[in-house]
Parts: sequence; structure tokens; C-alpha cells
Amino acid sequence: MKTLRLKNNLQQFVDEIDKISGINLRDCYQCGKCSAGCPMVMQMDYPPSKLIRHIQLGEREQVLTSSTIWVCVSCLTCSTRCPKDVEIAGLMDVCRELSIKEGLATREQRKIQQFHKSFLETIRSNGRLYEVMLIAKYKLRALALFQDVAKTPKMLLTGKLKLLPHKIENVEAINKIFEECDK
Amino acid sequence: MKLGYYPGCALEGSSKDYSMSLERVFKEIGVELEPIQDWNCCGASAAHSTNHKLALALPARNLALAKEQELTELFAPCPFCSKTLINTNQDILDNKYKVENGNYDGKIKVINSVDIFTRLMDKIQPKVNQERLKDLKVACYYGCLLVRPPKLLKYDDPEQPTSMDEVVKKLGAQTVDWEFKIECCGGGFTVCNEDAVLELSNKILEDAQENGAQAIIVACQMCQINLDMRQTAIEKKYNVSYNMPIIYLPQLIGLAMGIEPKELGLNMHFVPTEGVTVQAQNNPV
Ligand code: SF4
Ligand code: SF4
Repeated sequence: MKTLRLKNNLQQFVDEIDKISGINLRDCYQCGKCSAGCPMVMQMDYPPSKLIRHIQLGEREQVLTSSTIWVCVSCLTCSTRCPKDVEIAGLMDVCRELSIKEGLATREQRKIQQFHKSFLETIRSNGRLYEVMLIAKYKLRALALFQDVAKTPKMLLTGKLKLLPHKIENVEAINKIFEECDK
Repeated sequence: MKLGYYPGCALEGSSKDYSMSLERVFKEIGVELEPIQDWNCCGASAAHSTNHKLALALPARNLALAKEQELTELFAPCPFCSKTLINTNQDILDNKYKVENGNYDGKIKVINSVDIFTRLMDKIQPKVNQERLKDLKVACYYGCLLVRPPKLLKYDDPEQPTSMDEVVKKLGAQTVDWEFKIECCGGGFTVCNEDAVLELSNKILEDAQENGAQAIIVACQMCQINLDMRQTAIEKKYNVSYNMPIIYLPQLIGLAMGIEPKELGLNMHFVPTEGVTVQAQNNPV
């Protein structure tokens, strides 16, 4: 049996993703199983299977500006159930990385992006997660009122939020790793 | 017996109850935890969501340090950390990733937060009195990353896991059949996407309650935080009442051994845990 190939430049985006990650989206036959089990589908503009269809059709910008890639919580239900072994959750990671590189996220999507960014900065300066710093940074960034204000005092009282960072000894090694990986 | 240990950031901070109960139970059975010296954060979802290289390089440093310490097995109580460590190992074994200026070969065995107790059952069982928990009905909640991705983790059944249920039954408690064992609670979106967490966690609590569970047992600190800390907000938003204690597996093990609830961090939860602890303490043994 021969596989039907889409013509000329339509395949570019599929090829690009394949090249970056080895994820093959030609295999997806749109059965919809990934979307059926996705817990975050209610917040997505395109369910996972539809996102893949857009990629197959070469609609790069539509995909990289979609809420789907930021709303995906990486639960891996889709990848686990796909009858064609498409690494859908991994695809979301690839799309997020591309979207950041190209500055394509919208304002609402940036909230999640900023959270990741604050998280990584905290790691970079301490080697470990320092939760109070993460919350402060994220709050400033997202300009969103931290919804957990009411929870914070109890967390401090019970010793669940530490006021002093857990700094590791060799923070330099962590800095090097970040420099290397940011290239 | 010594066991390599990668605590992970959350267990040092917002999930101190988890680390306390683990340490207490291990002390009881005479297993010494040997943490990786100067370990760093594994990068969590922030790294894998935004920087693929970082998601391998951060865990790789930990694994290389563990090798220097001559650890052959590594217990990682956070399912995210353990998945990330296993993933890095696999990429090293497959020659997709190389640890810089190191000779780490990808061969340290990483053990997750349920498997560790299955393996140590011969040490746990003699310390347990099954009478203590005999009237307790619980729902075992596995969440996402204990069993997914199955090809990488090769652990339990990804749709119908039973490993935690087996451990819990050996403690004397009863487990309920329910539908939400492996559904997602909203994971790391606790802070940045609260709506999703409330909606998903609500369904989990609802199903556990409907099936007669008096508590939910977890082996992941993200699951615990979403179901416990967010429970009041969930009850308010959906106009429901659960009052469902969310107990870590090692906390339940500790209770079955007769350890004081306080020593297991059971007083640090948002939803009171007395419904479970009083039973464990009052049943004649
Ligand atoms: S489950 Fe797999 S084959 Fe089916 S639509 Fe999703 S990606 Fe395509
Ligand atoms: S990994 Fe993302 S896309 Fe896949 S099921 Fe989970 S939330 Fe949906």
C-alpha cells in the first residue's frame, strides 16, 4: 500500500518537526483518540488531533499561536493511547519551544510562559526551587494577583514555605548548564 | 541497608509532610537514605516545556553525582523527578544524549514512590498491625507520571494500575474500585491555571466520594497539593462538600505501624486528617 503524500510545501512544517524531534506526524490518521482523553481540551482552541491536522496542512502560525500548546499540562494521556504511537505530548513541547523562540504567544498564553520562566530563573540562581522567590517573581511578571494569598500564612506557619533559599554549593555548575542549553 | 535518595525540591519545601513521613517510615524499617550530595532541581515542567536540552542536562548532573557517590539505585519520591531521571538515563543509553566531561553510563536504577514500598514489603510487613486500618476504605490515586509514558517507565498497567492498591491492602486497609485512578489533577498548573486544577481535581474528589472512599492515597506531592490545598476552593466553586483527607502512601504505612500522626506530618494538611488517624489509633491491636 502506498502512502498518500501531500504536495509540495505543505509538508514543510511536518518535516521541520520531524527534524527537530523525530516525531512523525505523517502517521496520524485523525482517529481523535488523543482529543477524546485529553483533560485540558475544554481550554484549548484546537483539540490535539486538530492541532496535528493543522500541522499536516502546513499552517505553522496558526499552530504556534494556539492556546492548545500552552494549556497542555503534559499528562501524557494522548501519547499513551495513540494507536499510531504519535508522541503528541512531545510535540507540544516542541511547539512551545518554537513559539517562545519566535515570540508568538499571546498575552493570556504568556501567563503560563512567564511561570515557566520564573521557575527556571529561580533554579538558575539557587540550583533548587525556592518557592517564595518563584511566587514573587511570577506575581510581578504576570501582573496577576497571586490567588494564593490566603493560603500563604498557613503554609509559612506549618513550615511548608521556606523563607530562606536552599542554595546548592556548586551554583556555578548550574549556571554553566544554563549557558550551554540556552545556545 | 543504604538507599540512594533524590528528594527533589518540593519535598524540601511545600511538601515537607511527604519527606517527614518517608524518613520516619524508613527509620522504622532500618533503611538509611543516602541523598545525592549537592543535588539540583530536575527542571520540572518548566524545563521540558521550554528547553529540551535543559530538561536532560539538569537531571544528568544529578545522575553523574550519584555515580560519583557509587550509588547504584536511586529512590526519587516525586513522580515527575523519577520520570525525568529515567528519561535522561534512556537517552544516554540510546546515545541520544551525552553527559559532558563525565563517564556516566545511564545505568543507575531509578525507583518510584510506590515501587519502593513493594520492594521493601518484607521489612514493612512485620512492623504493621493490619487491625489498625481494617475499617478504612481508600481510593488509590496514581495520577499521570507513575505509569506514563508506559514505554519508558515500564511500570504497572497504564490504564488500570494496581501496584499501590496491593501495598495498601497489605497494610490492612480496603481499597475501592473507582474510575479516576489515572486521570490528571492539573499537575503543575496549581498557581498559573487555577481553573483547570479546580475542575479536574473536583472530578477526582467526586468519584472517590461516590465510590465510598474515606480518604484518597497519593504518591505525588503535586496531586496532594491540588487535592488537599485546593479542596476548600473546589467545594466553594462547585457547591459540594468532600472533607476528604489526602494522605501520602508513606503516611498510611506509618499509621499502620502505629507511628504518631504528628511524626508523619499529618497535622500539616489543609483538610483535617482525623477521620483517618483516629481510626488508626483507636482500633484495638
Ligand atoms: S490518537 Fe494518534 S492517530 Fe489518533 S488523532 Fe491522535 S495523534 Fe492522530
Ligand atoms: S499531554 Fe497535553 S495534549 Fe496530551 S492529553 Fe495531556 S493535556 Fe492533552
